[in-house]
Amino acid sequence: MPLDRNQIAKRAAQELKDGFYVNLGIGMPTLVANYVPVGMEVWLQSENGLLGMGAFPKDSEVDADLINAGKQTVTGVAGHSFFSSADSFGMIRGGHIDLAILGAMELSEEGDIANWMIPGKLVKGMGGAMDLVAGVKRVVVMMEHVNKKGEPKIIPRCTLPLTGRRCIDLVITELCVLEMDKHQRRFILKELAPGITTEEVLAKTTAEILVPATVGEVAL
Amino acid sequence: MPKKIYDSPAAALNGLLHDGMTIAVGGFGLCGIPEQLIIALRDSGTKNLTAISNNAGIDEWGLGLLLKTRQIRRMVSSYVGENAEFERQYMAGELELEFNPQGTLAERLRAGGAGIAGFFTKTGVGTIVAEGKEIREFDGEAYVFERGIRTDLSLVKAWRADPSGNLVFRKTARNFNPMVATAGRACVAEVEEIVPLGSLDPDQIHTPGIFVDRIVQTVSEKRIEQRTTNPG
Repeated sequence: MPLDRNQIAKRAAQELKDGFYVNLGIGMPTLVANYVPVGMEVWLQSENGLLGMGAFPKDSEVDADLINAGKQTVTGVAGHSFFSSADSFGMIRGGHIDLAILGAMELSEEGDIANWMIPGKLVKGMGGAMDLVAGVKRVVVMMEHVNKKGEPKIIPRCTLPLTGRRCIDLVITELCVLEMDKHQRRFILKELAPGITTEEVLAKTTAEILVPATVGEVAL
Repeated sequence: MPKKIYDSPAAALNGLLHDGMTIAVGGFGLCGIPEQLIIALRDSGTKNLTAISNNAGIDEWGLGLLLKTRQIRRMVSSYVGENAEFERQYMAGELELEFNPQGTLAERLRAGGAGIAGFFTKTGVGTIVAEGKEIREFDGEAYVFERGIRTDLSLVKAWRADPSGNLVFRKTARNFNPMVATAGRACVAEVEEIVPLGSLDPDQIHTPGIFVDRIVQTVSEKRIEQRTTNPG
């Protein structure tokens, strides 16, 4: 069975460590916040200027001056702080954030990522994505393994404009977990979703990936 | 002391505007935008503007108001996904657009305001953002050269000000405002409250008054883009 969105988020949450400062991208990555292990201290950074992001507010506590990078109203946990965009990106570009979890449109076999633009079609902008992939210590992508047309998204070379080069450390999809081997510059098939075969992953991946003799199963 | 307090947004902008000028505008989404100054800028009819702002507002609010009236010729932003009119004008070739990574934009404004001509960053290396720009290697890694930004005018939104122009921002409405304030040859701040001189804690001032030329007290609507709540 392929993983559902929440199971992908649950697997991504296994990348968290106690005391981590983490930036979660807009969309599916925000689900990871629901699976922070009990008792673990994780500080969520929102690049518009908030460290220590909390849950959505109660209706009576909504504050137009307190939003996250997705422009959603949020709250702060005890000990949260506010700062300017320059300080915020000082955290990101200065290598102070431990982990970023992002979505992607395409990944290359060397770990390039494209997730901000489709020429002639989608004009939204990169926001903070280029800064995150360039500056954060470890970058994890969670995404569907193929696009809406069923075409592979993990391909030899990205066809879309890049967000960053050789910057992705781990990929979690509904089918598998891929980890970048920095020496060989290829993803290694690390874990398979329950019931998913290596053959199915390879059939849906045109990038060259490395398959070890034994591959573990995603444990949730 | 030169008087920095103006009676209305229109008065606060009077004498500072000209066609073809470059204006940096604070805010993130609709949070912390100088909303009443933008309306006054629209009503002034100033055109052929280059607007430097992280976002472009939405169709009916913020910088979207100036797009609708075609007063903006060129935008420098990191993300414009919430503005359908922006996308339409850009796709039709009616609007020039320069995308900057968000951190690069913040740093360009900070650098410009601090008299720093440019800086090297890893952000954007190997992407179209770096095309045509100098690449230099430091400690074995490639960095791209980005220029600081100076503008003719800065428009910011703050929570509190005193008559000397000291500003305090509120929560995430701070965002780009402190850097934007420094980048302009003139800076106008729209604030929710003007308090007596000496009543702001000097340790808690975010933007010292030296960066702020004019202030105007307004009633902000503070629109919310995504009202998300937790029933529990």
